Amino acid sequence: MAVAASTSTPQRVIVPKAKWRPLENERNLAWLLLLPTMVLLGLFIAYPFMRGLLLSVTDTRVGVPGEFVGLDNFRRLASDPIFHAVVWNTCWYTFVTTIFKLALGLWLALLLNRSFRFKAFTRAFILLPFIIPTVLSTFAWKWMFDPTFSVLNWMLYQTGLIRGAINWLGDGDLAMLSIIIVNIWRGVPFFAISLLAGLQTISPDLNEAAAIDGARPWQRFWYITWPLLLPVTMVVMLFSVIQTFADFQIVYVMTGGGPANATHLFATYAYQLGVGTGLLSQGAAVSLAMFPILLLIVIIQLLYIRRVEVR
Amino acid sequence: MIEGAIWRRWVFFYIPLALFLIFLLFPFYWMLITTFRPDGELYRPWRAANYTPFWTWNPTLDHIKYLFRETMFATWLWNTMFIATASTIISLICGVLAGYALARLNFPFAGSLGTGIFITYLVPQTLLFIPLSEIIRNYKLGDTPWSLILTYPTFLIPFCTWLMMGYFKAVPKELEECARIDGASRWQAMLYIIIPVAIPGILSAGIFAFTLSWNEFIYALVFLSSPEQKTVPVGVVSELIRGDVFFWGPLMAGALLGSIPVAIAYSFFVEHYVSGLTGSVKG
Repeated sequence: MAVAASTSTPQRVIVPKAKWRPLENERNLAWLLLLPTMVLLGLFIAYPFMRGLLLSVTDTRVGVPGEFVGLDNFRRLASDPIFHAVVWNTCWYTFVTTIFKLALGLWLALLLNRSFRFKAFTRAFILLPFIIPTVLSTFAWKWMFDPTFSVLNWMLYQTGLIRGAINWLGDGDLAMLSIIIVNIWRGVPFFAISLLAGLQTISPDLNEAAAIDGARPWQRFWYITWPLLLPVTMVVMLFSVIQTFADFQIVYVMTGGGPANATHLFATYAYQLGVGTGLLSQGAAVSLAMFPILLLIVIIQLLYIRRVEVR
Repeated sequence: MIEGAIWRRWVFFYIPLALFLIFLLFPFYWMLITTFRPDGELYRPWRAANYTPFWTWNPTLDHIKYLFRETMFATWLWNTMFIATASTIISLICGVLAGYALARLNFPFAGSLGTGIFITYLVPQTLLFIPLSEIIRNYKLGDTPWSLILTYPTFLIPFCTWLMMGYFKAVPKELEECARIDGASRWQAMLYIIIPVAIPGILSAGIFAFTLSWNEFIYALVFLSSPEQKTVPVGVVSELIRGDVFFWGPLMAGALLGSIPVAIAYSFFVEHYVSGLTGSVKG
């Protein structure tokens, strides 16, 4: 169709007005251009979403076609102590990492916003944790956290902070701390570079004017930089919160959800049920349980972003 | 620069920046040093008197040799490269066309379609992997690269579209109108006038999409099963860990070598990558 249109209107020939040129109609052209996107997103997002909903109200297992069981899967989750732990773990993990990523990312962005030698170089290197495949870099962390060969234990021991070995991934709380550290490590570059881009749109005149009026550096940050940066901050948070809430790779590699389910998140628990034990419908129910929470996060943040932008 | 005494500069600038760099880059150094460390040194407890964490005096290539001789690492690299390139090209074509339509053409539901695509941008892969694995199996795509080449665009297209919309909106309308007055059709004006102007945007979207698909894990983990089909992240996880035994040397060598292609691609296009990252956030 596209080829027909371009060959039917060679520039040298004067095209009669009456000639049928469907792609000159904005509406037709728009639908044609959107077609491939619609097909792919429909086939691999909308359709699986419906299939997931249908799957979650049956008792399908791998190789066993299921029957309709209503909301049984969700009822079972409501009384499943592991699922309760999963909800709590995911919320805690998301909350703590987001706070630290924002604070450290903003700090790093403010540092990078100055001019110094090798600035471009430094900025390029800082993004590495975000570029390198997460699974691969998480293995480096797992190796660093290894109880017997841990370089971290060695460093802490040499500086006199610990007396004995710390079994990082063997204890529930420490394992949670470990995956939180890795997530912060991975997310700080994203926050820093995005916030740096936001900082660079703020005119330095504002800060200079405030400095002349006698504002201290801290006041200049709080009354000028932070409010102007808020819209960018909110969008960055939106992306980060969703990615963190649905995180899979870090936990899968570091702990596999253990010890004793202490670090299971929605995605890893869904994987364990659906792929590990073959209870497809229960796994689908766990991952779909994320959806209302994610939707709520998106709605709250979009409303907030709109309010910030209007003001 | 920080005003005032030199010590202030150190306390508020150089030292924090150095600590950030150490924190962010140390795991990569650890990968590197482990790759070249012989097994005898590797499995020496940290309490041992001769534990030398930051250096090795007997560098070895054994782990890298093991990787290429005993595992299908070269195949995984090739698979990852092929899948990432193909899905990036598909996503770019879809994203450029859709971005042009949404940014430049008037048609009913344009606004709600744009919002719809933004929403799919926010759908994480972990939400849909179980029903998607069923669908992949029904379409007979399981355990082929096509299962990933066709599904990766679902998280690449939305952000490519979003990014390209921003670029197309910045191109002045007069440019296109001039071409149309000279007799170009809408299609020609898009192909020969607007898209060439938006090349930097396409590069940004492309490099960002490439790193994202190189990074993807859960779909590859669920859809692929035979060793010769796997991508680097999945191959490393499934073939270099046997039960509870971790082959740490080859594992770190695999992590290092599996990161290098994407790091090289990134290093050539740092500026484009950064503008893609920030552009995809700002919209």
